[in-house]
Order: sequence, then structure tokens, then C-alpha cells
Amino acid sequence: MNNVDIVIVGGGPAGLAAAVAAKKAGCDSILILERDGELGGILNQCIHNGFGLHTFKEELTGPEYADRFIRQALDLNIEYKLNTMVMDISPEKVITAMNRTDGMFQIQAGAVILAMGCRERPRGALNIPGYRPAGIFSAGTAQRLVNIEGYMPGREVVILGSGDIGLIMARRMTLEGAKVKVVAELMPYSGGLKRNIVQCLDDYGIPLKLSHTVIDIEGKEHISAVTIAEVGPDRRPIPGTEERYTCDTLLLSCGLIPENELSQSAGIEMSRITSGPVVNESLETNVPGIFACGNVLHVHDLVDYVSEEAGRAGENAVKYVKGQLDENASGKLIKLAATDGARYTVPSTIDPGRMDENLTVRFRVGDVYKDSYVSVYYGDERVQHRKRQILAPGEMEQIIVKKEDLLARPEMETITIKIEKE
Amino acid sequence: MTYDVIIIGAGVTGAAVARELSRYNVEVCVLDKEEDVCCGTSKANSAIIHAGYDAEPGSNMAKMNVRGNYMMDQLCKDLDVPFKRNGSLVVCINKEMLPGLKELYDKGVKNGVPGMKLLSREEALAMEPNLSDNVQGALYAETAGIICPFKLNIAMAENANVNGVDFRFNTRVEKIKKGTDGLWHLRTNNGEYKTRYVVNAAGVYADVFHNMVSEEKIHIIERRGEYYLLDRTVGDHVSHTIFPQPNKFGKGVLVAPTVHGNLLVGPTAIDQDDKDATNTTQFGMDQITAKASENVKNLPLRSVITSFSGLRAHEDHQEFILGEVKDAPGFIDCAGIESPGLSSSPAIGEYIGNMLRDMMNLTAKENWISTRKDVLDPKKLSLEERNELIKKNPAYGQIICRCESVTEGEILDAIHRPLGARSLDGVKRRTRAGMGRCQAGFCSPRVMDILARELGLPLTEITKSGGKSNIVLEHSKEVAE
Amino acid sequence: MEQRHLTCIGCPMGCQLTVEMDKGEVLSVAGNTCKRGDIYARKEVTNPTRIVTSTIAVKEGDKERVSCKTANDIPKDKIFAVMQDINHAVCKAPISIGDVLIENAAGTGVAVIATRDIRKIS
Repeated sequence: MNNVDIVIVGGGPAGLAAAVAAKKAGCDSILILERDGELGGILNQCIHNGFGLHTFKEELTGPEYADRFIRQALDLNIEYKLNTMVMDISPEKVITAMNRTDGMFQIQAGAVILAMGCRERPRGALNIPGYRPAGIFSAGTAQRLVNIEGYMPGREVVILGSGDIGLIMARRMTLEGAKVKVVAELMPYSGGLKRNIVQCLDDYGIPLKLSHTVIDIEGKEHISAVTIAEVGPDRRPIPGTEERYTCDTLLLSCGLIPENELSQSAGIEMSRITSGPVVNESLETNVPGIFACGNVLHVHDLVDYVSEEAGRAGENAVKYVKGQLDENASGKLIKLAATDGARYTVPSTIDPGRMDENLTVRFRVGDVYKDSYVSVYYGDERVQHRKRQILAPGEMEQIIVKKEDLLARPEMETITIKIEKE
Repeated sequence: MTYDVIIIGAGVTGAAVARELSRYNVEVCVLDKEEDVCCGTSKANSAIIHAGYDAEPGSNMAKMNVRGNYMMDQLCKDLDVPFKRNGSLVVCINKEMLPGLKELYDKGVKNGVPGMKLLSREEALAMEPNLSDNVQGALYAETAGIICPFKLNIAMAENANVNGVDFRFNTRVEKIKKGTDGLWHLRTNNGEYKTRYVVNAAGVYADVFHNMVSEEKIHIIERRGEYYLLDRTVGDHVSHTIFPQPNKFGKGVLVAPTVHGNLLVGPTAIDQDDKDATNTTQFGMDQITAKASENVKNLPLRSVITSFSGLRAHEDHQEFILGEVKDAPGFIDCAGIESPGLSSSPAIGEYIGNMLRDMMNLTAKENWISTRKDVLDPKKLSLEERNELIKKNPAYGQIICRCESVTEGEILDAIHRPLGARSLDGVKRRTRAGMGRCQAGFCSPRVMDILARELGLPLTEITKSGGKSNIVLEHSKEVAE
Repeated sequence: MEQRHLTCIGCPMGCQLTVEMDKGEVLSVAGNTCKRGDIYARKEVTNPTRIVTSTIAVKEGDKERVSCKTANDIPKDKIFAVMQDINHAVCKAPISIGDVLIENAAGTGVAVIATRDIRKIS
């Protein structure tokens, strides 16, 4: 069995950023295992622009953003294997993987960085009644067919779900000559970014129907029509609001699910809210030496944050391999709690000894909040109170926690993030 | 084209009859309107091998079920089909209905069902801790099993094909009449077929064909059953097949593990008047949730990965109609094959096969091949064996469906074997690619590429399930490719 | 005087902007939290522009399509004209990221450039 200091599972934006950071932090034994035929992950099919404003201070397309990191990884001679599927990760950090040339092989990793990304919620999990014909795609599958393979699924499109990929595909299909008739969103707000609603729907006169869902799918062989209805506060269809749309394509953009089957095989504790691993301030899971970053940890809105987070995971993995991660450990765990509209936090715990001077804590809200405050409590003491015009579930929020503040409060057990009216 | 026997329908019944007939020196052809075997009722059912206590003693249903159940071990061994005798529990949740369990038990004894036992509340809970708190008692049947219904159907058809039975897909029988030559003439969209004998194994369409040749009309109603399929992570919520006590609409909503480790919940029972009404409904889905929760607690319905529905071919008298139609000599019915049709299929095949053998004085083939190997599953191999395999054929090192860990090698096998897959669903039923939690979101473009390459077709011709179910419409861009 | 309401797209904040205009002249911009919002609003009501991203057909490449974008913003009302050019263009592999694929898309004076590499296959 080969030994590798840091094995990174996934060569998308998270895996690449983690690898680059780990190499720069002084680790020479790094291996990226990527299941696809090229590095870059899902960015390769995200040909739209809007990536990289934070990281590179310019607007890049997905492939360009990926290319920046791929070039860095290549320049740093980071090893990678393509078309390689990781089949299992053991709690002892033995990785079993497979490809055409190496067959099935095992690697003993010093540290593992989970960067597998996420998958789309399929139709089956949405419980949409009706037939099961051809012509129903998750938005990302359609994106691959259109952008990479160069095929059009159809010409008359209905989209369910206003996640970013759905919005982006509404524009993409329109530019390729299709008629996107409507985007229906179950929730009373969109799960996508504001600018995508403006530039992908408004620009092309595509209606967005909030609090609407698909209640029937017609067509025995190929989809021919869907029925959309308004839903009440219980998210059940309201009789009498049905509208029928003929279409040859239904795209689904109804949420992303971190892809953690491998993490579970490694015995990693999972969060029921994020569907990702529970991690500490070092982005380390409950299995020492296994780190997680990017969309496998929690679904991000911007790739820039993925890169930043993954870079930290990479650096921490190096510290772990060098035995430095616990050098300053205080042994004390401060819990992070999300209440009153805040849904979760990443990380879930902080050891003040192990953290950097500043720690970015990311979270999402569970509903749309207008003119509200993001409040941070150290114990019972409110230490941050920031007014926000709008907070929406589609956008990731963050607060900064300072090491000195935590060290100054040795008795503190919990940091709480709340959304408050005043 | 002239045959000795034409079987209408490549579902599990037609395939079972075809395999039985393939033992003899006789020219047999199976016609199906779909592009593959197993496209009707056979693909959407409970995937259960019933013990046989439900049916009325003395009925064809009772006889075929018990015999079919008995035959299943050897058949699945011979044909390499996943089958497990996990046992079933009929659960009573109402003290007043306890006598019903005893009646069921007595019926089972009359039908010759071995290995049944009436259980107390405690015994039932000990076997199955997730039963409802209201459980009062249960009927245990150790011979009940779970099976992969696709694979049983596909395996019998493949084996029949290897032994010389022709299969004609995308061939819809439109008219049947007796010619002056004494043969049956079957008009189809692909020309006329002539045959001495017709076996009507057409599922929900069996009444249509029967009524073309007979004055004694039969009527089949499409009784729809809707199901939920749950993720493998919750497949162990129950280990036995959990039935409610039966009612006049059938065996009720069951909760069962599948041979592939998923959890299956359903079916509803709602009569339709449409032979293609395989859609699901909000009403049906709500009903499954309500009914299943009566017998099994804490059902993890959060983990639903798909829902689907199938149509039972319910004949008005709820009985299998098996045998030669009185006023149509040479026309053999296998009609009204609803539950326990899957369980009964080997026995129906044997019964009809023997009948035709005797009618035609058929002689056995000397070189009949009795066994068949399934698509090779590398997951069943050791690490060393797997590496040997990949060295010989690197396609087995390339994962295509990541949810179910299906390799390109398996997909190639599924495409190139007898009666191979020609569509996404064909690949799915043979390899499970696309059947996992992402429901083909990741692998479908990749499987499409493989199908197009291997079948020499443009991607636009690749379908989900034949017919007009093309997946992509056209190339993007207005440039000549 | 005329009021126009916009959603700022400068960043994920999506500020709700109100622009007061008179005879095509911008009088004021409100609702923005940064300078970018002000610039965006003034431009969007007088001269809206967009980056167009799409794909172009490739010959002899390891992929059948190369992703591309307009090198700069183009006028919003030229989007479909630019797409016409993009849809009719054919490029030959190899292609490098940044290569000019169309020199002057739909008379806008803006080039369409590749946003990824495409390898040549023999």
C-alpha cells in the first residue's frame, strides 16, 4: 500500500484550492483523486460569468476560474489521478479507489480532505406526481448536455425551482433558441442569487412564479405538458389555481445535497441540517485527520468562499500531518449555536487554542428577513449586532470571531448567532 | 413469418412460457410492442415472492403461487437472479381482526404453504422492532421472499433467446384472426405473423386479444398501484416483508426491503380505465404514507428517492385465466395475471409449456442450455479478482453510475448480451445504473454516450425507454456537424 | 420626472435601487450600499450592457463545443445578434483559453474569446 501525506477526494474548486494551499504550506506528498476526465469539477460546465470577484477581483467564467487553480496545481507539480473513483474511506484513512489503469488500489493517507461536492435533488425525491417520461432533467444534467456535449434537450421549457443553476439554465436555453415559459418556485422566495434573477429571468421576460409548484406531469413517452399550481403556507397546492403549460422539457433546480456517502463510510458525524460533516474550527471532522471543505461540507453560494474555505482545510491538513495542529490546543470546545432564524453554523465548535487570530463562521438563514440584525452572543453577552436590509436563504452569511475575544472569556461555553428584529 | 407458437407479451409471464418452450424442438417467437422485455406490469410491482396463503384454495392463483414459490430457488440459481427468502409478516393492528389472521393461516394450510406460524404481539415485535405499537399479532410465512423482478424477467427471456426463441420488439399486434390455412394470422405494425398457437400473455391488454378471437368476453381493469422507493441507507428499517391484513382490493400497502437493499413502500389500489395510466398522483402518494404508517412506525419517508406506479391486470373474477380458449382452438390465455403473478410466473410457464408440449407432441432439445449468467457484478469479487478483471478489460475500472458503483464494463455487458439493452431504462434494469439516489442525474449523459457509441447511433436517437422517449432533441448551434 | 426601480447586480447583496430620471438624465440613485450600485444604476438606465457567454462548435477537438464569452460588455439589445454570430461560428482545435474566436461580434467591436482549452485529436 502506498503512503501519501494528504489525499484529496475531488478535483473541483474545493479540492484544487485545498491542494494548492497544502503545497504552499509545505507538504510535498499530495494526491488529488478526481472521478471525472478533467480537473475543475462542475465549474467546467458553468460557462457563465460571475466567478472570482472576491478571489481575483475580476469576473471570470467557471472554466476560467477553474483554469486559474488548475494552472497553479500544475505549476506546483501536485499529483492527481483522473477518471478515478474513490470507493471507500476507512476511519483509519485507508482510501480504496479505482480506475482503468491502476485497477482497484489502496492508499494509506496521513490526512484526508473531503472535497466531493454535491449533487442535485432528483425528481423522485420531490414527490411530483405524474408520468415518468423522457424530457425531465435536473438543471445540472441539462447544463452538461448543452454546454459540454452541445445538445439541446428541447425547445419549450418549464423550470421548477429557482436555484442558481435553474436560473442560469433559463438564460442559457433562451440564448440557444429555446422558449422558457415559466420558472416555478415552491417557496415564497427564490433560492437563487438576486443578480441571477435580474440577468437570467428579467432580462428575457421569463416569469418567476413564487409559491408555485408542478402538480402533474403529462406525456407517456416524452413529456408534453406540466400543470403548475399555487401553494398555500403549508406548501400544498391550492385547488383552482392550476395552470397547464405545454412543454418538451422540465428542468429541476430544487436544491443541492452534499455528497457524503464516502464520509459516512469513514464514520464521520453528519449534520442533519447541512447534510455535511460536523467540523471544528480547523474544518476537521470528528475523525482526526479527515477534513472537509466546499459543497460537500455545506452548499455554498459563491465559489470564492469555497476556495477560501478549502485553502484553510489544506493548511490545517498540513499542520495535522506535521503534528502541529494540536500544538496550542486548549482542549476547550466552545459550541456554536444557530437559533432564531439562523439555521446552522460552519464550524460547529471552536477550540480557541487551535484557531487563527480571526475565524470566519459561515451560516445561512431559514427564511427571508428584512431590516433585521445579525447578532452574535458570547454566552449571554451580545457582541455583534449588524443591521441588514435583507437576509435570504439563498445567500450564505458570515461573521468573524476573534481569538483574543475568546481567550478573554475563559468561562464562555457557547457562541450563538441569531437573527433579531432589533 | 410463420411460427409454431407466438407469445404476445415479453413480460414475466411471456418470458416464463418462452423459456419453458425453449426446451423443445419448436419454433417460437415473442412479440412485444415495447422496445425491451419487462416494460409493463412486470417492471412496476412489489418485487415480492408471495408464500401463497392469500389466494382461494383450489384456484389457479393458489396453485400457481405455491408451485411458483417452490420453483424459485432452483430457477434463480440456474438463471443467476437475486432472490432472498426474507419471510413475511401479515400484521394485525386491531384485536377484533385477530381471527382474520387465523383464517389466513388456515387458507395457507389448505393451499399447501409450508413454514407458517401465528405470532403473538411480543413475538412479532421481537422479529421486527419497527412494527407499529398497535400490533396485536402477526402471521409469519418463512417461504415468502423478495426478488429483482426485472432480472427474473430478463433472465428467463435471455435464456429462451439463447435456446432459439425469437423476440420481436416494437411490434404491436393489431389484429388476430384464423386464416383459411388453419393458422392464426397476427397483423402487426411490422408485418403479418402466422402461427399454429398463440399464447396471450399481454398483461393489461390480455382482454383485448382474447376478445378478438372469442365470443366469451373477458374484462380486465387496470388497477393502479403506486409506490415509494427509499434510499439504501434506510433499507434495513424492516427485514421482513410487512403486509397489513388483506381486503377486497388486495394485499394492501406493504413495507419491504428489496434485494438491492432499498426499502419499498406501496402499493395503492385504484381502478383505472386506461391501459397506460402509469402516472402517480398526489392522492396515491398521500395514501401510501397514511396506510404504511399504520403497520410500521417511524417510516423514513425523508429518504424517498423515487415514486412510480404499475398497473395490475385485474380480471373481474380475480383469477388467473390459463389455458386454451374454448371457442378459439390454438389460442392459449394467460390472462388476469395480477398479484401473485410474479411469484407464479415459473409455474405458469411450466403449466402452459407442458400443455403445449402435449398438444403438439413436442420433443426435448438435446442441447438445451438450462443456465444463464447475469451481468457480471464486480462488487461481488475480491480485490485481487477485481484487479484481474480490470487488467483484462479496463472498462471494469471506470465507474459510470456512482450511486450504485456501476462500471462501464457492466454497461457494455448489458448492451452486448442476448436481447441487450438499447435504452437508458434497459441499461438501468440490467445493471442498476441510474437507479440510485441521484436517479441518473450524473450518469445519464455518460450512459447515453456509451449507448450511442456501442449501437452506432447518433445521441439524438438514444431513448429513455424506446418509442418517442428521445432524451435530447438536436445539436445546439446551427452548424452542420 | 420618472422613477425606475432596479436590483443591483454588482454583488450578491442585490440592493434595491431607485433611480430618479428626467428627460433621460439621471438625477439621483438611492438604495445602494456601495459605489458599484451607483455606477450600475446610472449605466443600466442609460446604456445597459452585458457579457454574453455561450459555446461555439469545434472541429477536430477533444470536445465538440468550446465555452466562450464576449471579451467586454456588449449593449444589452445586441445579445441576440451576438448569439447569431456565435451560433454560426465554427472553430478548429487546438484552442487556448483567451483565443479570439470571433473578432467583431455583430458589429459591436467586441471580440468573442475562448474560456477554456480544447485539445486537438487526430
